[in-house]
Amino acid sequence: MKLEFSIYRYNPDVDTKPRMQDYTLEVDEGVDMMVLDALLLLKEQDTSLVFRRSCREGVCGSDGMNMNGKNGLACITPISTFKGKKVVIRPLPGMPVVRDLVVDLSQFYQQYERIKPYLINDEKKPAREHLQSPEERAHLDGLYECIMCACCSTACPSFWWNPDKFVGPSGLLHAYRFLIDSRDTATDERLADLDDAYSVFRCHSIMNCVDVCPKGLNPTKAIGHIKSMLLNRAV
Amino acid sequence: MVTNAASFGRSGVHDFILIRASAVVLASYAIFLVAFIALSSPLTYEVWSGLFASLPMKIYTLVALVALLIHAWIGIWQVLTDYVKNIALRGVLQFAFVVAALSYLAAGLIIVWGV
Repeated sequence: MKLEFSIYRYNPDVDTKPRMQDYTLEVDEGVDMMVLDALLLLKEQDTSLVFRRSCREGVCGSDGMNMNGKNGLACITPISTFKGKKVVIRPLPGMPVVRDLVVDLSQFYQQYERIKPYLINDEKKPAREHLQSPEERAHLDGLYECIMCACCSTACPSFWWNPDKFVGPSGLLHAYRFLIDSRDTATDERLADLDDAYSVFRCHSIMNCVDVCPKGLNPTKAIGHIKSMLLNRAV
Repeated sequence: MVTNAASFGRSGVHDFILIRASAVVLASYAIFLVAFIALSSPLTYEVWSGLFASLPMKIYTLVALVALLIHAWIGIWQVLTDYVKNIALRGVLQFAFVVAALSYLAAGLIIVWGV
């Protein structure tokens, strides 16, 4: 059985512009594999092909890429998903390409840094630890699982157009994770930092982020909660 | 926090509230007009001009025109800040759109108060 691929190639040191390169992989009939496995086999054919990968089990978030038009993690996307069609693999959209499928995620990380992704607590330090009830802890479910693969933010047109001002779905999911954490006391400061026309309100709830999230998370819902918090704070 | 001066509202929350409140006014106005047309049989010139001659309808129309101005101002600002990255061009386009929206408001006022 032949598997057909068309892969985005661009080496800024050598190429004047990007191109799509076709590859074919011979595999036994009926064999399925993850896109990452196929890429590793293709890299044996062509060692110049560059992509990121690490854990190969959907935990590290390194191999986010665009496969047949949809962002996802190559390591947990079976080839059978594409039902025998040619698999077109491109880098995550909207980000500067470093080489082939590797993109520069600096702006993505800058937005993450901006939301202060750590607990802030200015109360007197407890003797041992900040306690949290099971109910308070449950608020973090669906938020803390984000692995920052950037599939969501790079599927978001608002992030494409304003990556320097709009925090993006991933960053806002993390922002809400700390806003709703019972141990965090900087809620008002966090909201003040987000209270402008871009940081949160550039989200128009088109839900591309929900559609592509490989962990099944719902950034749009978290952003809706942040909007409600900003609204409650303002009126 | 990112600042801006070209949108209508004072902040993101302000824009968020204004765009939704104005949408409610515009939706109710559109539904009212469609319902009026559907339920007025026959719809004659006298019936139509009689509707707009009443003070409540004049005020409702004025409120709808102001809502349209606010809704268009914020909406156009959002679209332009997404797609037009050249600040000078964006400024010119936004100026043109806002002047057009203000002209619609002025024209609407004069027309409705002329009935």
